[in-house]
Amino acid sequence: MKYLLLFIGTVITNNFVLVQFLGICPFIGVSKQVTTSLGMGAATTFVMVVSALVSWLIQHFILVPLNLEYLQIVSFILVIASLVQLVEMFLHKSSPGLYRAMGIFLPLITTNCAVLGLALNAVERSYNLGESLIYGLGAGVGFTVALLLLAGIREELEFADIPKPFKGAGIALIIAGLLSLAFSGFAGMI
Amino acid sequence: MNNALIGVLFMGGLGALLAVGLVFASKKFAIKVEPMIEEIETALPGINCGACGFAGCRSLAEAIAEGKAPSNACPVGGNAVAEKIAEILGEDQASAPSRKVAQVLCKGGNVEAAARADYDGPGDCRIANITQGGDKDCIYGCLGLATCVEACPFDAMAMNENGLPIVFEDKCTGCGKCVEACPRDIIVLVGEEYGVHIRCRSLSLGKDVRKVCNVGCIACRRCEKECPVGAISIIDNLARIDYDKCIVCGKCAAVCPVKTIEIQEGKSVIKPKKVG
Repeated sequence: MKYLLLFIGTVITNNFVLVQFLGICPFIGVSKQVTTSLGMGAATTFVMVVSALVSWLIQHFILVPLNLEYLQIVSFILVIASLVQLVEMFLHKSSPGLYRAMGIFLPLITTNCAVLGLALNAVERSYNLGESLIYGLGAGVGFTVALLLLAGIREELEFADIPKPFKGAGIALIIAGLLSLAFSGFAGMI
Repeated sequence: MNNALIGVLFMGGLGALLAVGLVFASKKFAIKVEPMIEEIETALPGINCGACGFAGCRSLAEAIAEGKAPSNACPVGGNAVAEKIAEILGEDQASAPSRKVAQVLCKGGNVEAAARADYDGPGDCRIANITQGGDKDCIYGCLGLATCVEACPFDAMAMNENGLPIVFEDKCTGCGKCVEACPRDIIVLVGEEYGVHIRCRSLSLGKDVRKVCNVGCIACRRCEKECPVGAISIIDNLARIDYDKCIVCGKCAAVCPVKTIEIQEGKSVIKPKKVG
């Protein structure tokens, strides 16, 4: 029950993108198409789960025993960057179309603050390994949900009669704001 | 062991471990790229200017390898590159189109064309063009703010002392960046063998042209009558030359009373074409 609550809480109540405003760059950048944003969400989720695992291991078996907590951010970033490289190679091999559609935003998962924020948050809240993994999964799923919601709306917006000054990124930001408002309605539920 | 040393060892170790992992991953996920694409990409200039219409040299190389683009699709590399690519593809060198170079179709520099005002705005033709059309009286002429020169990626253009851009044809690759940059459509791409150009774009009546420029086309029709192959015609108060018909004899330039038509030195008469 505790894990389920943590998961739902991370996906919805404390959604990384829409409530905590982490990882806004790919949120706007890769949300033009549902298929692309699904791929982006999956890639980011993978990176988040694995980095939650690895950062927990590093934190508890290396950094704390050796009194090296000050190397937290650097070592986490190193792990995240390597994971992203791995995902990039895998995608380039398995799905060149998706690889091309994501473009620069794929390597930019490295600098996605949601991923680092997740690793640091998990440490700060002193989660155990299971909680960390659930937290990572929830963050990834939440990120994907946010991306999919915006992408679905933006696909429909392509056909809408939008005033010229709002076209493109302008209306996307407004929609993002409205989504965020909607999600803030969940605050305090869990 | 002090703390710093442990830190260094830890970070080094972590980095090395991840690096080894990535090396293995890159072996496992290695992508076989068609070696031909690599070869063609090496043969291309590699400046990703986009003049071919593809996103960059890489995309063009892919298109050529798949047969979606001809071997001479790179306008920048010219014949030398086309030959290399044809060799890679193992095909006979197709008859390549002649190299195109930019021609500036305006002779009205600071001396020839009257100025009606002092333009003190930003030094960009496109801005001058929308702010009351710049400082010259002629609304068709060169604005002289060197936007084309800045747009040229190959240093093939410069401004002369008269405030007009000049093209160094040996450096020009025909990429068309200047054509795009010019807000007045004064620059055109023409096959390099053609040496006669009507350097005016003014559609004003002859007498109005006279008022604003010494060297503008006044549509007197003498060139049209003189041309032995019927390559020149006057449309909308402006002499226009059909380069497909032109044989570079230079007779039009000789009769032009305002010297709008110019014959470039070193370009000789080409044989009349079979098409009448």
